[in-house]
Amino acid sequence: MRRAGIAGPAHRRPPAPTPRWVESLKLELKGITKSFGALVANDHIDLVVEPGQIHSLLGENGAGKSTLMNVLYGLHQPTSGEIHVDGSAVAFAGPADAMAVGIGMVHQHFMLVPVFTVAENVALGNESTGRGGILDLDATRRRIREISAQFGFDVDPDALVGELPVGVQQRVEIIKALAREAKVLILDEPTAVLTPQETDELMDIMRQLKANGTSIVFISHKLREVKAVSDKITVIRRGKVVGTADPSAPTTELASMMVGRSVSLTLEKSAAEPGETTFAVTNLTVTNDAGQRVVDDVTFAVSRGEILGIAGVQGNGQTELAEAVLGLRRHVRGSITLGGTELVGRSVREVLDAGVGYVPEDRQDDGLVGGFSIAENLVLDLYKQRPFSRRATLDRAAIAANAAAKVAEFDVRTLSAADPVATLSGGNQQKVVLARELSRPLKLFLASQPTRGVDVGSIEFLHKRIVAERDAGTPVLIVSTELDEVLELSDRIAVLFAGKLMGVVPGKSSRELLGLMMAGLTVDEARAHLDHPDATIEREPA
Amino acid sequence: MSTVTTQPAGRPAGQPAVAGVGPAPGSRRTPIVLAVLAAVAIVVFAVLGPGGQATFRISQDNDAWQVPNLVLPAKAFGVAIAVVCTALAVLAYRQMRANGRIAKWVTLTYAPVFVVGLLVWIVGGTTTQNITLVGLFTGAMLITTPLVFGSLSGVLCERSGVVNIAIEGQLLAGAFTAALVASITHNAFAGLFAAAAAGVAVSALLAVFSIKYVVNQIIVGVVLNVLVSGLTGFLFEKIMKTSVNGATIYNQPAQLPALPIPLLSEIPVIGPMLFRQSIIGYLMLVLVAAIWFGLFRTRWGLRIRAVGEHPKAADTVGINVNRTRVRNVLAGGAVAGIGGAYFTLVAVSSFSKDMTGGLGFIALAALIFGRWNPIGAALAALLFGVAGNLQSILSLAGTPIDGQFLAMLPYALTILAVSGFVGRSRAPAADGQPYVKG
Ligand SMILES: Nc1ncnc2c1ncn2[C@@H]1O[C@H](COP(=O)(O)OP(=O)(O)OP(=O)(O)O)[C@@H](O)[C@H]1O
Ligand SMILES: [Mg+2]
Repeated sequence: MRRAGIAGPAHRRPPAPTPRWVESLKLELKGITKSFGALVANDHIDLVVEPGQIHSLLGENGAGKSTLMNVLYGLHQPTSGEIHVDGSAVAFAGPADAMAVGIGMVHQHFMLVPVFTVAENVALGNESTGRGGILDLDATRRRIREISAQFGFDVDPDALVGELPVGVQQRVEIIKALAREAKVLILDEPTAVLTPQETDELMDIMRQLKANGTSIVFISHKLREVKAVSDKITVIRRGKVVGTADPSAPTTELASMMVGRSVSLTLEKSAAEPGETTFAVTNLTVTNDAGQRVVDDVTFAVSRGEILGIAGVQGNGQTELAEAVLGLRRHVRGSITLGGTELVGRSVREVLDAGVGYVPEDRQDDGLVGGFSIAENLVLDLYKQRPFSRRATLDRAAIAANAAAKVAEFDVRTLSAADPVATLSGGNQQKVVLARELSRPLKLFLASQPTRGVDVGSIEFLHKRIVAERDAGTPVLIVSTELDEVLELSDRIAVLFAGKLMGVVPGKSSRELLGLMMAGLTVDEARAHLDHPDATIEREPA
Repeated sequence: MSTVTTQPAGRPAGQPAVAGVGPAPGSRRTPIVLAVLAAVAIVVFAVLGPGGQATFRISQDNDAWQVPNLVLPAKAFGVAIAVVCTALAVLAYRQMRANGRIAKWVTLTYAPVFVVGLLVWIVGGTTTQNITLVGLFTGAMLITTPLVFGSLSGVLCERSGVVNIAIEGQLLAGAFTAALVASITHNAFAGLFAAAAAGVAVSALLAVFSIKYVVNQIIVGVVLNVLVSGLTGFLFEKIMKTSVNGATIYNQPAQLPALPIPLLSEIPVIGPMLFRQSIIGYLMLVLVAAIWFGLFRTRWGLRIRAVGEHPKAADTVGINVNRTRVRNVLAGGAVAGIGGAYFTLVAVSSFSKDMTGGLGFIALAALIFGRWNPIGAALAALLFGVAGNLQSILSLAGTPIDGQFLAMLPYALTILAVSGFVGRSRAPAADGQPYVKG
């Protein structure tokens, strides 16, 4: 380890004192540049994180935020530039060095071993051991309980991480960093996978950490969150710092600073002109492998030229509903018809050929082939058709021309469409999926979390594209846990709770009404409750 | 009754939103497999069971402590086994219905009960109706010992995420080198060390190509096997077969003596099997225990398992993934090399071409059947060894059953294990995937 002027490593430590108070640490990035070949992801970035500060990074997709954080955490070596900790320069050969000076990071994609318990994950790399390297997991368990007690986490040290919901996995990541006495905590898009409640809880945790002297670098595309918790905001565009802002700055100002043009944060769309009803789901029940009904007797329909949003807290059957439409589910009862044809029992290929455009919830697992080029990913489900394929061979030129057009239209930030799609930033990967799915004539457009991890400028564009698809006469089904997005896009909103449909309400409904329905009230119960807010509703458990 | 408040109450932290999504369901096929085996037990062991007695000789003539022979009425015993198997199968089915999973002890009891039933049925069907248990188990160790070393090598490599197909080559290199060095130095221990070094050398090639140059691990392993087979075959012809004054002096390795442990070696069956071994045999017992303890109870093991499951996560907490892998592959080579030495320093007193005869691949099967766990792999190796030896013992006792059929059984079981019919065998998630920093 090559470190200058830093007190010795904090490896085996005595039982931590409670309450925990960490020595604060001042972090300075000076002229950090990071290039990947010809691409300059970070261009002379200067950034100062004061002790006990929540410092937010804002920037478009591909601006270089994650790259900068990976440099700070020792995962990437900077091409040039210096990192200073409490005034002295440090060099990180790897994450171990960064952790030793007190930098912790919660990655955009969690870095947890699913088959390990919480305690094993927290201990990993920072193990308390007895003689001969024998693991002392009890010490780790104690530490986890201490930290949990301090921040009000409900985390069982012996639970298997793979069986925990994402929100809890994220807490495990935070505990992991705190157990290593992190004085600076990097949170890279921590809220992208959280429900609104979990997001609020996370923001409380961040405030508590700050009160304890921990500084936080926070990355999010949701300006509301950034404004709510930050002390300072730094905006990055195309690898360069374009300025800093105060959290009290108006949202539109922050957005235009990020994107470099003025952004309209509210979608202007004309009223829907619903045509004939071509897509109908009738008495749909989906059972999972354990035999539970994850979608329970759901009936609704979508007309041409209309957007139906499906709202609900994550994990209430939305994923399974979308997968059932696509033919990805095994135990499906009921009927799903598109233009009179039954889709239940069809293969995915047949469903796609029937004219369904599909944006999956998890782009990395289901939507993209990481090792394929961007151009190839843009024709993944069209490659068999003209003009991309003639007889049995692919037409490379047509595929390249298509890629060039889509990359320009959807503003995918890349040097070359021949690069593997996995090198794109998170938001740009999402744009590739949408560009592909919206590029052929559709009879139904079905998108789960269509703008997850996408910056405000691109959200504006993607929303416009989805509305354009509606106006072209396609029925559109949007599944999103982001209530803002559902309200923004939908002409009608259906709410799912525990697999059941709580009702379908107009697109202009109030957040309160939707919130109640998402908590398990039917439309009528929710309306009655809003009319008489003081009365508590007594009802039989479902 | 539930009271609903105005706040949208999301799911409580720590609980999935869809009610009752509990532990992952166990394999639903297990009760079916158990039921099918119970049916086999009823028909074959009980209804078609041989008459007369099956005799198992437990003590040898020169044993200090003589234990009377175990004499079982074959048919009645078959009926008893069939009843127990049926009961366990029904229990498994009911547990599956009630809890969605089967208690571990049910399958763990079922297997030995069925195997004992099979054994009694087979012995009852022979002309002599008489076999020696000591012979069965001590003879099995000739196969089991190299299998255990081979599968431990596999455990070390694959737990860290490197597939080791080259076990066969490592065993063979160990056997050859041990024979050569022990012949030249007249010192069996020198041969033992040289064998370990030879295993490490094969591993070093595996490590360099598969970890440093990211060549497909399976391909490198296969190539190494061919390479070692060719090289040792060539050197065997050129060096070992040359005789000086009528003696093949380069193929007369000094042997490792058996070191019986007082008292323990007198225990019936177990004594001759485990406590009258050479130093290699004792090393085997120590290694199985030590690697198990190391993997599951120490920092070393936690890091290795993390590297094999999720290398990127290990990297982000400061663990050097590829260095860990290289170390494990080298250690695995040493272990397999020692296993190879067993052939020429203990089992047979000279080297012959391709003498490992595919045991390296069977060690892989033991590794999988034993669920990448050192103890599981050792037990699987024992099962394979006993099955292999049973074949030769039965041909002496005169059996109507085809020997090849018996020899096939353990591997049929392995296929069932891998395909998830009996329990579930899951490789480390990153097994076989090279790690390149991104
Ligand atoms: N390993 C890599 N190889 C090549 N290019 C890369 C690599 N990692 C990132 N990039 C490129 O660097 C640029 C910055 O990416 P980065 O992931 O830092 O963006 P980001 O600001 O985090 O975006 P998002 O908000 O979408 O997550 C992108 O153009 C991306 O394609
Ligand atoms: Mg990012």
